Amino acid sequence: MVDITHYLVLSTIVFSIGVVGVLTRRNVIIILMSIELMLNSVNLNLVAFSDRLQDPSGQVFAVFVITVAAAEAAVGLGIIIALFRNKATVNVDEIDLMRG
Amino acid sequence: MEATLFYILATMLVVFAILTVTAANPVRSAVFLISALLCMAGFFFLLEAEFVGAVQILVYVGGIMVLFLFVIMLVSVREVEGQRRANRQWKTALVLGIVLSFELVFFVVQGAEVFSADIIDQQFLNLDSQTGNTETVGGLLYSTYLLPFEIASVLLLVAMIAAVVLTQKRL
Repeated sequence: MVDITHYLVLSTIVFSIGVVGVLTRRNVIIILMSIELMLNSVNLNLVAFSDRLQDPSGQVFAVFVITVAAAEAAVGLGIIIALFRNKATVNVDEIDLMRG
Repeated sequence: MEATLFYILATMLVVFAILTVTAANPVRSAVFLISALLCMAGFFFLLEAEFVGAVQILVYVGGIMVLFLFVIMLVSVREVEGQRRANRQWKTALVLGIVLSFELVFFVVQGAEVFSADIIDQQFLNLDSQTGNTETVGGLLYSTYLLPFEIASVLLLVAMIAAVVLTQKRL
């Protein structure tokens, strides 16, 4: 039986890797993938607590998080395609239409 | 046995996550992300959440990642080899990420005794052993969490329409 603290520390580490990915990369697609990584580390937290408390509600919430992640990926990738059509780039630091 | 499996999966997960974030080529990044998500599904099986693990593999690896690979194919920028892969503020961002990581680990370790206290809700104890994980989760989805479930379906419909509208020829 692995202590729940192990799971929490692991999900913290994965979440931080996702944060670093979002903040450092230039490619929008990789930024979206880092967001998926962060959402998934939250899922690990939910399922670990669900196991710890013997309460399946955590797993239901994990399913909802997966649903929201799927919706987010679909809309985000649609935006990327529209953006690429108009600007011919997927680098975030070249997309500065709203700079005054 | 469980501890060994945990440490093997944890090492693989962290390595794949780092490779996802650092890979130069988006396709490689996507493949590493698939591996990381499969490791995560392994954790769900380890935690006896078989339904969530199966959904993870079906939805993430089977659905979302194929979508990602399609978009990478559509958007394929002329090879990104010579380009910088990180933006200008990457050093600050890296330091901030490490600080965030230490902060969160500190809080988790500080609160460890709260998590290890005896707080199991007797109401749900051994629910799984009587019915099975999928039945338990399904029952909850259609009773206690019926309204969020319906809202999630509306959210998916909105996302579907948004994806169709966004990818039209003339936006």
